[in-house]
Amino acid sequence: MNDHLTNRLRATGSVPADVLDQVRAAADAEGLVDVAWATTDSPLGRLLVATTPVGLVRLSYRVDDEVLVELADRVSPRVLELPARLDAVRRQLDEYFAGRRNFDLPLDPTLSVGFRLEVLEELRRVGYGTTVSYGDLARRAGNPGATRAVGTAMRTNPIAIVQPCHRVLPAGGALGNYAGGVERKRALLRLEGALLV
Amino acid sequence: MTALPPFSALLDEHGPAVWRFVRASVGPSDAADCYQEAVLAALRTYPSLTRADNLKSWLFTVAHHKAIDHHRRVARRRETAEFPPDPAAGSPVEPADELLWDAVRRLPTKQQAAVLHRFVADLTYADIGPLIGCSEAAARQNVRAGLATIRKEWSA
Repeated sequence: MNDHLTNRLRATGSVPADVLDQVRAAADAEGLVDVAWATTDSPLGRLLVATTPVGLVRLSYRVDDEVLVELADRVSPRVLELPARLDAVRRQLDEYFAGRRNFDLPLDPTLSVGFRLEVLEELRRVGYGTTVSYGDLARRAGNPGATRAVGTAMRTNPIAIVQPCHRVLPAGGALGNYAGGVERKRALLRLEGALLV
Repeated sequence: MTALPPFSALLDEHGPAVWRFVRASVGPSDAADCYQEAVLAALRTYPSLTRADNLKSWLFTVAHHKAIDHHRRVARRRETAEFPPDPAAGSPVEPADELLWDAVRRLPTKQQAAVLHRFVADLTYADIGPLIGCSEAAARQNVRAGLATIRKEWSA
């Protein structure tokens, strides 16, 4: 059955933007959105930010479906694009790139467990414009031998920039690795004045 | 169990077809409300789904129920007060197409649902059967009968 009538019944057309906005707002008002996400532009490129009712749960340089799939798996499948819920996050990020020194945002640590969580909590005490070595951070987290585990915690940091893994460097002056690429690490350290060149 | 995808991905993939289904079923002026009810109802139960293998069919089942609720409300309103039928004012589609959708909306409920699920939602007959409460063969028969009625109206 593929004639003129059935072709016309196979209507095309997408949901009007105002209807989508209205549905998103209603879902939010009813508390049906466990993970709200948005994208935001930054000097380092597009970022994906996601929040739960507890706080910021993800800040990723990767902006793709896989980030959302991981959130659906590990937090809740009720994931919806809801930029209004991320206004404060996006504003503070803009301010950070314009020179703001501290973030004042509640965080949701759901995606980090065990020693990685302890390391990230310690990491948050590493101040703007300063750096620390992997070994130092392992010591501060109470496990001096766990340098490699600290490296893993940095590589898998779910909340980049706000949990400042860019401030962690190998001993000896090199920049080391960064989940967003070493060029971004260099740019953040320059922005904070921790690197002069 | 397969993990459930992010709801936003589900909505990206099937939202437009659900919208077209709802719009064709309840008419342009009530489509936004009905679509919203369907999406919110789906969000409410989404985390408790135990299977992720036919989410499209599940989503259309939810939308189907919301469309039926709407038709019942309209029918009750007509019984209690003499409201004129929805004139589809301000419809963004071609007037000629609106006549087509009017003809679809005049079909008996089961035929209308079968035609919309087949052509607007692009579901298989195996999915449509359980959705409208009949066998696969009966779903096929409902589509055939619905199309025949529309054709007759059109050639009249």
